[in-house]
Amino acid sequence: MGYERQADFGTPEVRSDTQVTLEIDGRAVTVPAGTTVMRATAVSGGSIPKLCATDNLKQFGSCRLCLVEIDGMRGTPASCTTPVADGMKVHTQTPKLAKLRRGVMELYISDHPLDCLTCSANNDCELQDQAAAVGLRDVRYGYDGANHLAAETDASNPYFDFDATKCIVCSRCVRACDEVQGTLALTVESRGFGSQISAGVKSDDFLSSECVSCGACVQACPTSALMEKAVTEIGKPERAVVTTCAYCGVGCTFRAEMRGEQVVRMVPWKDGKANRGHSCVKGRFAWGYAQHQDRVLKPMVRESIDQPWREVSWEEALSFAASRFKAIAAQHGNNALGGIVSSRCTNEEGFLVQKLVRAGFGTNNVDTCARVCHSPTGYGLKTTFGTSAGTQDFDSVEESDVILVIGANPTDGHPVFGSRMKRRLRQGARLIVIDPRRTDLVRSPHVEADYHLPLRPGTNVAVLSALAHVIVTEGLVDEAFVRERCDWDEFQHWAEFVGQERNSPEFLEPVTGVPADLVRGAARLYATGGNGAIYYGLGVTEHSQGSSTVMAIANLAMATGNIGRRGVGVNPLRGQNNVQGACDMGSFPHELSGYRHVSDAATRALFEAEWGVPIDPEPGLRIPNMLDAATDGLFKGLYIQGEDILQSDPDTKHVAAGLAAMDCVIVHDLFLNETANYAHVFLPGSSFLEKDGTFTNAERRIQPVRKVMEPLNGYQDWEVTQELARALGLDWNYTHPSEIMDEIARLTPTFAGVNYARLDAEGSLQWPVNDAAPDGSPIMHIEGFVRGKGKFVVTDYVPTDERTGPRFPLLLTTGRILSQYNVGAQTRRTENSVWHPEDLLEIHPTDAENRGIKSGDWVRLASRSGETTLRATVTDRVAPGVVYTTFHHPATQANVVTTDYSDWATNCPEYKVTAVQITPSNGPSEWQEDYAAQSRQARRIAGTAMEPAE
Amino acid sequence: MSGQTEAKLVYMANQIARNLAHEPHPASAVADHLRTFWTPAMLRQIFAHLSAHGEDALDPVARTALAELATGRAPAPQTRATDPAQHGADAG
Repeated sequence: MGYERQADFGTPEVRSDTQVTLEIDGRAVTVPAGTTVMRATAVSGGSIPKLCATDNLKQFGSCRLCLVEIDGMRGTPASCTTPVADGMKVHTQTPKLAKLRRGVMELYISDHPLDCLTCSANNDCELQDQAAAVGLRDVRYGYDGANHLAAETDASNPYFDFDATKCIVCSRCVRACDEVQGTLALTVESRGFGSQISAGVKSDDFLSSECVSCGACVQACPTSALMEKAVTEIGKPERAVVTTCAYCGVGCTFRAEMRGEQVVRMVPWKDGKANRGHSCVKGRFAWGYAQHQDRVLKPMVRESIDQPWREVSWEEALSFAASRFKAIAAQHGNNALGGIVSSRCTNEEGFLVQKLVRAGFGTNNVDTCARVCHSPTGYGLKTTFGTSAGTQDFDSVEESDVILVIGANPTDGHPVFGSRMKRRLRQGARLIVIDPRRTDLVRSPHVEADYHLPLRPGTNVAVLSALAHVIVTEGLVDEAFVRERCDWDEFQHWAEFVGQERNSPEFLEPVTGVPADLVRGAARLYATGGNGAIYYGLGVTEHSQGSSTVMAIANLAMATGNIGRRGVGVNPLRGQNNVQGACDMGSFPHELSGYRHVSDAATRALFEAEWGVPIDPEPGLRIPNMLDAATDGLFKGLYIQGEDILQSDPDTKHVAAGLAAMDCVIVHDLFLNETANYAHVFLPGSSFLEKDGTFTNAERRIQPVRKVMEPLNGYQDWEVTQELARALGLDWNYTHPSEIMDEIARLTPTFAGVNYARLDAEGSLQWPVNDAAPDGSPIMHIEGFVRGKGKFVVTDYVPTDERTGPRFPLLLTTGRILSQYNVGAQTRRTENSVWHPEDLLEIHPTDAENRGIKSGDWVRLASRSGETTLRATVTDRVAPGVVYTTFHHPATQANVVTTDYSDWATNCPEYKVTAVQITPSNGPSEWQEDYAAQSRQARRIAGTAMEPAE
Repeated sequence: MSGQTEAKLVYMANQIARNLAHEPHPASAVADHLRTFWTPAMLRQIFAHLSAHGEDALDPVARTALAELATGRAPAPQTRATDPAQHGADAG
C-alpha cells in the first residue's frame, strides 16, 4: 500500500449505548454520547485544524486552532473539549474562525525555523499541514523578536533526537509519556514564553532520564522536534506494511514504514488490538538486528564440531543433513532423532517442523521453548479449565477492579501491556503484587500496590494456599458460581484441604516470610474488591511446583467467581512472540495441534489421512529428556529452529554434554548462537521482516506477519524446512504459508475458521474460531468451562529440594529487563545495549556489606552446578538472602549456575530458585575465559577472516 | 543405560507421586500421568532399573503406580511410523 499517515480523529473514541445526532456544516452526524465535536467531525469525513490534539490522548484544549462556532453557544469553543449534544448545530469553517486560526498560526510560526525544505519532517509535518489548512500567508510579527532558534538538540538517545528549535510546546509528548506509557519522564519546564520540554531535571537528557525509549513521544510529536534518527538519515517513508512484532507475547502490530527495501521506522498500528497504537523500545526501535553484520547468510557444514565451518550451497547442506539423519535412523532407530520448534518463528513454520518430525523422522520427539517457560500453564489450565491458554484479551484489564500480579514484572517483560495495566491502576483499580523483589509495579509514579507480598523464592504454593485459606474460612467463596460452574465434590475436597490450620497465613508465615496480616488483607481484597484479575509469569511457572502454582491460581479464580466475563480471569503473560502459537501447533511431544494427545485414535486418524503416514501413538521426548538420552548414547540427531538451548536452558554443562554427544545437530537460525558451537549443519534463517505467516500472542490472538523485504538468506524459514523435508524424501509442495494455515484449519478444530482472507479483512482472530465461535473468542469460559465443569485441584505445598545451607546460603532468582530480550540474540545486536551492556547481580545491602561488596565490584556467583562472574549492584529491591540477575549476555552464562530441578508435571526448569554463594572476585572466571575462547574457535569459518562477535 | 538418567527417572517418579498425593486415587493418577507424558523407552528404563536395584528408592505411591503400569498396561497399537525390519530396533 502507498504511504499515508494513520488517520487521527483528534480525541479518543468513546463507547456509549446512547447515540447523539447533531449537525456539522449542514450534515447530520450520529455518534456515541460523550464524543467530542472534533472527533464527530473527523469520523464523518470533515476536518478541523488541530495541533495539541491527537486521538490516543485526552483532549487538552491548548493550541486554540480547533475553534468552532455553535448555534446558541457564546464565543468560539474548542471542538476538542466540547462534547456533542442532540440537535447541536456546528460550523467548522467561517470567516471569523479563519481569522482566529490564522492568528494562532502566526504566533507559532513567528518562533519556528523556516527550513521546511531541508527539515526531516518535510511533507510529513502537522505544523506544515495546519499552516496550509488555515491559509497562512504572512507573519505580521516578523522574525526578529525573542525566539528559541538557538536551542540545542538532545541526541543522547540512540534512536531519536529532540530538536528544541522545532518544538511548539503542544505537550503531546508529555501527555503521551503520562497517559500512554505511564512513565511520566517528561515535563514542561517553566511557563509562558520560557516553556520548554524537559526529560526530567535540568541535568538530565533523554538517555539519563527515566525515559524508557518507548517512542510514544516521537509518535505524538506533530513536528520534527522529536524525530527518529533513521528518518533524518534515510528520508521519509514511501509505503507501509502492517506486521507483528517478533519480541514478546504482547504481539504489538506495527506499520513497517519503508523506503524501497529499507525499513525507515516501525510505527505502532493504531488498529492493533493487542497494543492499541503503543509499543516499547524493542519493537519500535530494535529491529536493526535483521541486517546486522553477524547475520550468517550462507549454509555451512562441518564433519565435526572441532573443525571450522565450511560455506556450501543449499543443496549440499541439505543433502549433508538428510544423509546424516537417515544414517542415524538406520543405525539407532527413528527415536534417536528429534526437533525443536521455534517460539519465534511463525505458526506455519512451527507446524511444518513438528510435521517434519512426525511424518518425516517418524517420531514424536518434538518440543519447544515453552518447555522452559509456560509448559506448566499448558498443564495447569488444561487440567482445571480445559484450555491451555489464558482466559481474557488485554482489553479486559480496563474493567478490572483488583489486579493481582504474581511472578511477573510486566513493566519490564511485557511493557506495552504493563502500560495498559498502569493506566487502569491510575484510574483507581487496586493492586496486589506477589514477588520476591520490589518490582517497578510495586511503586511507580501514581501507582502503588495495596499489598506487596515479598515471599521467599520457592514458596508460591504456600502463599496461594494461605490466600485460599482466608477466602474459604472467612466465607468469601462465590458459592453460586462454584455450584453452577464447577464440580462441587472436588470443590469441597479442596475447601476442606485449604481450610486446615496448616494452610493458614499464620502457620505458613515462617515458611513464606510474608506477614500473615498482609496475606489476609490481600485475600480479602481479591475476593471482595470487585472484578479480580490475576496476571502471572515465569515467577510462577519456573519452579518445581510450577504446574501446582498455576492450578492454585485457577482454584482462587474459580472460588471467587472471577472467570467468564470481562475484567477478571487467569492471564499467563506468555514470553515469546509465538510461544502460544508454537504450543497450539502441536510442538509438544505428547500432543498434536490443538492440544490433542497422540494416543487419541480419532485425532491420529485425521492427521494420518492428511499426511499419508502413520503417527506414533506414544509420547516423545521433552528437551531435557532428549539431552539425557543423548548422554546415554540413545539420541543422536536434532534439528533446532530458532532456539538457543545452550544459553537459555538450565544446567549449561549438561546441555553442552548432551549436544556434544550427538552425531548431527542442525541449527537453523539468524546468527551463530551458542548452540551452534555444537552444530554440524547451519541453515541460515530469516527474520520476521522477511517472511509471511502468523504469530499468536498471549491473548490467543492470531495476527499476520507480512514480508517487507526479500529474505537476505534467500528463503523464508518455512521454505528451508520444506527443502529439508524434500531432501529426506517427503513430497511437500507448499507455495505460500496460507496453504499451511489452510491445512492447520482442516486438522485443528479450534482453528477451523481461520484463513488468510479473514485475517486480512479483520486484522486478527482469537481462537477458538469455529462454528461455535465464528468471530473468535476474546473471553473464554463464558457459559461454561471448556472441559465442562471447572476442576478444583488440591495443591499441597511441597518444598523444593533446592535448599540453602552453609555453603550456599543465598537464593538466586532470575528475570528480564526492558531493553534486552531473553538471550539477547536480537537486542544485543542493536543500540539497546546502551541500556544494558552486561548482566548485573542485584544484592541486598546487608548481604553485600557482610561480604565487603559494593556496586560495580566483580563477584563470583557459585552454586552446586557451577559458577560464573559478573558485576554487582547493591539495592534493596531484593530482600536479604535473595539475589537476582538477568540472562541476556552469553559472557555471563547465568545458566551455568542453575540446577536440574524442574516442575514435577512438565520438567519446566526451576530457574527461580538456586542456592548460591556470592564472593568478591577479580574478574571473569577461568571457565568464562575458556568458554569465550572455545566459542571463538567454534565460530571459525574456513576461508574467511570472520571473527564473529561474542 | 546411564545410571544418572535412571536415578533421575526415579526422582521424577517420586516427585510426581508427592505432588499427586491428594488425588482421590493417587496411584492411578500417577500411572495416568506417566502413561500420558513418559516415552515407552523411559518406562522401560525405570522398570529395568527397579529390576536390577530394587524398589526401596521409590515412593510407595509411585511403586503402586508403576506396578499398575507394568501389569495393566496394554501395548500401544503397532502403528509405527517406520518399519522396524527396515530401520532396526527402536533403541529409543
